[in-house]
Amino acid sequence: MSTTAPVAAGSVVDPTITGRLGDSPARPDGVAKVQGSFAFSGDLSADGFLWGATLRSPHPYARVVSIDLSAAWKINGVEAIITAADVPGKPTYGLISQDQPVFAAEYVRFVGEPVAAVAANHPDTCRRALEAIVVTYEVLEPLTDPERSVDGSFPPIHPDGNVFRHQRIVRGDTSVTGEVVVEGDYEIGMQDQAFLGLEAALAIPDPGGAGVELYVATQWLHEDRHQIAACLGLEDEQVRLTLGGVGGAFGAREDISLQVHTCLLALRTGRPVRIAYSREESFLGHVHRHPARIWMRHHATVDGKIVKIEARFVMDGGAYASTSSAVLINAVTHTQGPYKCDNAVVDGWAVRTNNLPCGAMRGFGVVQACFAHEGQMDRLAAACGLDPVEIRLRNAMETGDRLITGQVIENVAPVARCILETAALPLPDEPVGGHDGDPMRLPGGAGLTADRSHIRRGIGWGVAIKNLMYSEGFDDYSTARCVLRDGVASLKFATSEVGQGFVTIAGQIARSVLGVDDVVLEPIDTTIGSAGSTSASRQTWMSGGAVDGACRLVREQLFAHVGSQHGIDPLRLAIDGRDVIDTMGDLRVPVAEASAGVTFEETFEHHHRPTEDLDEDGQGNCHTAFAFVAHRAVVDVDPELGLVKVIQIATAQDIGRALNPLSVLGQIEGGIAQGVGLAVMEEIIQTDGRVRNANFTDYLLPTMLDMPDVLVSLIEEPDPMAPLGAKGVGEPPCISSTPAVVAAIRDAIGKDLTRTPVRPSDIVF
Amino acid sequence: MSDATAGVPAVGTNQIYTLHVNGEDRDVSDAWVGESLLYVLRERLGLMGSKGACEQGECGSCSVLIDDELVCGCLVLAASAVGQQIVTIEGIAPVGAPSDVQQAFVDAGAVQCGFCTPGLIMATHALLDRSPEPSEYEIREELSGNVCRCTGYGRIIDAVQRVSVSRRSDAASASEVAS
Repeated sequence: MSTTAPVAAGSVVDPTITGRLGDSPARPDGVAKVQGSFAFSGDLSADGFLWGATLRSPHPYARVVSIDLSAAWKINGVEAIITAADVPGKPTYGLISQDQPVFAAEYVRFVGEPVAAVAANHPDTCRRALEAIVVTYEVLEPLTDPERSVDGSFPPIHPDGNVFRHQRIVRGDTSVTGEVVVEGDYEIGMQDQAFLGLEAALAIPDPGGAGVELYVATQWLHEDRHQIAACLGLEDEQVRLTLGGVGGAFGAREDISLQVHTCLLALRTGRPVRIAYSREESFLGHVHRHPARIWMRHHATVDGKIVKIEARFVMDGGAYASTSSAVLINAVTHTQGPYKCDNAVVDGWAVRTNNLPCGAMRGFGVVQACFAHEGQMDRLAAACGLDPVEIRLRNAMETGDRLITGQVIENVAPVARCILETAALPLPDEPVGGHDGDPMRLPGGAGLTADRSHIRRGIGWGVAIKNLMYSEGFDDYSTARCVLRDGVASLKFATSEVGQGFVTIAGQIARSVLGVDDVVLEPIDTTIGSAGSTSASRQTWMSGGAVDGACRLVREQLFAHVGSQHGIDPLRLAIDGRDVIDTMGDLRVPVAEASAGVTFEETFEHHHRPTEDLDEDGQGNCHTAFAFVAHRAVVDVDPELGLVKVIQIATAQDIGRALNPLSVLGQIEGGIAQGVGLAVMEEIIQTDGRVRNANFTDYLLPTMLDMPDVLVSLIEEPDPMAPLGAKGVGEPPCISSTPAVVAAIRDAIGKDLTRTPVRPSDIVF
Repeated sequence: MSDATAGVPAVGTNQIYTLHVNGEDRDVSDAWVGESLLYVLRERLGLMGSKGACEQGECGSCSVLIDDELVCGCLVLAASAVGQQIVTIEGIAPVGAPSDVQQAFVDAGAVQCGFCTPGLIMATHALLDRSPEPSEYEIREELSGNVCRCTGYGRIIDAVQRVSVSRRSDAASASEVAS
């Protein structure tokens, strides 16, 4: 390795960082990140390495007739060219069902599907080699309308068929009707995770091809390893993964992208290989948020109490399965939102098309459901003559209520408190169109935008429920090891640090449990058991639970050691500051002294409680736990040009307990930015299966100018089910912020907007 | 070979030039003339602190200073920067001794994944050199060329304001001492 390892992995003790749970200490990788010395996966290199690159399909659906590599091989500097014929193991991969080819063999099913890969001495040599590969395609009519997958009118485009999953939910009295009935069709566009750190990896082959070492930015090292090993025809143990520094993830690194290709090229050439995606390739090379069409009909009493919900979901999963079946289940089981509902009939489909594959993105199906149910709540409020806050309070879910799956909400469920605390946050003092008549404060900024007197302001609401952790019977766990010696705690886990700050929290846990200041984080790799995925808002709960468990076991050893030395029952001992103390006597021994020359070591697996599959009527305890959140958005709208300026988002979030308040705030503000993006600017546009805006010039991301002020109220009701009382905080901020912004635009202009993102044309015409 | 590659100089045609980076002359040898400054900084000079995230000047992750002007390293041909003063994130402060802006980013919680951070540090130094007491709106405007996907920008704005305030109070106490 010619560059340093990521500081987060195997960092030295930073004696200036001492915070415990409830504090907001600095990130242990913070200084390296601000100085540019933190090694992201794309910064890793090795002596004698080659560059790898991927040839991708230009067609959404075509038969591969032939591939001619002869011209590419003639280019100086080309060391390897591989296709489907060169995959030694399983030809396909996938998180849930392995239906996606490492390289297309007979058919390509989306624009961007890998067909071949090359290794060469320079990125530009790779580019020229890819251009010289001649693939002859028989172009076929693509399946791009997901409704044709649902109705079966298009022949199967894959041996597994065109439907990933259909799930029905039937609950209660399905014949009941309400005095008030409202219905709507909603549409959610395809959002990209758009992490900044592009996909990148470095593979180093073992001598003789006996195995391979991969440094990669991923969300789940062990799952990657399992899928990679199968495709390479190796045992899991022959493939060793180390986390390369991760430049954001948001779901897009849960699936395999370049992992297998990089390893294959390294094994083929016997040399280290780096692959680094371009931005365009990143858009094509990872899964996205599912575009969805959702119909909902709410029945209610005249005073606004929900009686029954009917719904139909169609989620476009694109060419390959990824996590579509799980995303669908999240969507349909969250149909009701954070509201009481006893009767429901829901049908949901996740289907295959020749569009870009979709899978995990922050919110994972619940974003789509929430956009629809919150639109419905506003319709219901209008039909009942109630305001948006009152309709939500009247239906607010509480602990003990049931989902339409029959599952009882056992968690803390402060839905009404989320709404009321959000409502209590001050509205902006900024007048419509901005202070002082500064034209830069207008929607769209200065220029030929609407006169200030034409700008309209609106206020909108969104409230959400989000499941935490994995569902449907998956034995989800995380592993951590703690070693205490000479007053220093060393922690080992395979938890992907993607920016969320688990490395900060882990040290805080160890300091709190063990009374130490100095914590060493061992490299994040596959030499310990799985930590599960950094997704589903689960790592503080799961890996936090594992680190906490390992540290507590070590503390028991420490207490037994001190107890035997001093003839005191270990049960009387406790940690106070940096000392072990006798709670019933005078003994006080510094932890550093008590652990001097002694090594205490424990490994702990934290499992969450088991969950169940859904039955054919969608009934069952399929989820682990839940969190809640409310958002209120204030927008200014230029109705002539269709421009929106989001002025303020207020939010109160059910977080259980703030283990690191500054990190919580960062998750909330960052999640809201992604929610605002989905509301007014972010969408991957596809025409006939071809992506039109796979770059940051045309795919718009919120900049500092687009972000509103964010007011935050943290609702801390520690959850008895959570190992540290803390609920996951990552996903809720980006779930109901989107419908809140869209509702505010509706409020401003009085139009029935049913699609997100809201485009200028939706406002003007 | 396809027409697309006709006339493209082969890699390894032994271009040699010298860049002035972070106060040092750095020879670049064996380079293809089409390489961007970002590529040469990272892959030929080993200065990995500048990041590439869009390759078209939209995200600011590759921000460097050329003759005191903030530019996107991905949009500049390296060979065209000969004779100019280039400053990268590595030239801002010695390793382990962060600048006030760098420390404020850490303290304020302005760093999550950190991929955008080197570019934002460069842009913030440039902003505060130009305008020591920017309004919040000026901060938003001036740093809007740097995309961050993790933070939602709130803590970044806080970090910039912290530096502005601390520099002002440092300047005030320095002038008190002087008087």
